[in-house]
Amino acid sequence: MSTEEALFQYLIRLGDNALILGQRLGEWCGHAHQLESDIALTNVALDQIGQARNLLTEAGRIEGKGRTEDDLAFFRSEMEFRNNLLVEQDNGDFAQTIARQYLFDVFQFHLLTELSRSSNEFLEAFAKKSLKEVSYHRKLSSDWMLRLGDGTEESHNRLQQAIDILWPYTAELFEMTEADKVLMELDMVPDLKLIEQKWQAEVPSHLEESRIRIPDTKGYMARGSRDGHHTEYLGYILAEMQALPRSMPEAKW
Amino acid sequence: MTSHTDAIWQVLEEVKDPEIPVLSVVDLGIVREVKQLSPKAFEITITPTYSGCPAMDTIEKEIEALLREKGYECAIKTTLSPAWTTDWLSEKGRKALEDYGIAPPAESTSDKSFLTGEAKEVKCPLCKSTSTQLISQFGSTACKALYRCDDCLESFDYFKCI
Ligand SMILES: [Zn+2]
Repeated sequence: MSTEEALFQYLIRLGDNALILGQRLGEWCGHAHQLESDIALTNVALDQIGQARNLLTEAGRIEGKGRTEDDLAFFRSEMEFRNNLLVEQDNGDFAQTIARQYLFDVFQFHLLTELSRSSNEFLEAFAKKSLKEVSYHRKLSSDWMLRLGDGTEESHNRLQQAIDILWPYTAELFEMTEADKVLMELDMVPDLKLIEQKWQAEVPSHLEESRIRIPDTKGYMARGSRDGHHTEYLGYILAEMQALPRSMPEAKW
Repeated sequence: MTSHTDAIWQVLEEVKDPEIPVLSVVDLGIVREVKQLSPKAFEITITPTYSGCPAMDTIEKEIEALLREKGYECAIKTTLSPAWTTDWLSEKGRKALEDYGIAPPAESTSDKSFLTGEAKEVKCPLCKSTSTQLISQFGSTACKALYRCDDCLESFDYFKCI
């Protein structure tokens, strides 16, 4: 695998994570339980969409076939998406959205911290910029984890249920492919085992502090996104997100 | 040569942040470089405040339109590195923010306490009291947080440190 091909795949993975999570969070616009949460979730969505734009633009440039950020976002089908299964999961209730965000924010925070030292100029600049934003996201979601988990019986139960649903989707965040190996050799990207260690050093203790237990999945953890296999949710997200540009591909703002 | 780029910097003072109209793009620190390409053509390098800042497209178009109106040609380059920081807000910009009712960033980002999200002391832009509290880390735009003053009881925007 050439460096360019590995880099393209890696950028698509990061870009799709940011895009799909941003799209999911955007669904909250006008629906949260209080104005502050509504504004916070859509602000996080905006940061994620902005990051997705930078990543997909760079992916198109590396690929060298003239594809733009919009071509990559709107004219690829489900199996060509490489976002992790976690970010496409349903918003559910507020607890489930916060749990999904927290599990992903901790991953993203440590990944970006390492990518800030990348030998690749774009990845380094992108990570330094985005880390500032993600630090605020992680603060928001970890605060809410405590508040809901250690809150009322109702909020605690809902958060526990959310973690029960989402936990099986956390393992594949750290799964590596041929692209990871090629780029690791060049000091462009970190070993995801290192990110997993950092994530494991942080998440279980914060859950415990939030009075949430980690479910026993009996050894089952979902996987598939690295090969383009997704849960049933992604198709619906893409249908909504891509309908307009696909029916009117020449449409401009 | 210098005087020509100086003239461009002066024109750029007239381009305001569409969401905070008292701040010019120069005060905000998003114009990183002005380079002369030929007698009437310039390359302007800008950097976004936040990755998803929706004002960037508007700002770019306004810079182009204004320079064209003044008889210049320009090419706009966007860069992510070095990443924008609130340390680049000008003194004049900080003052303009406070007069406008937005508390300017309370500390330098070299002080890493900003990472925890809690600013040490945020002064109410209305009554100048420092007895204020954070209501929400996220405010009306990506760059602001929401605070409340314990003395005059007004809520206000705080331009958060990044
Ligand atoms: Zn006051």
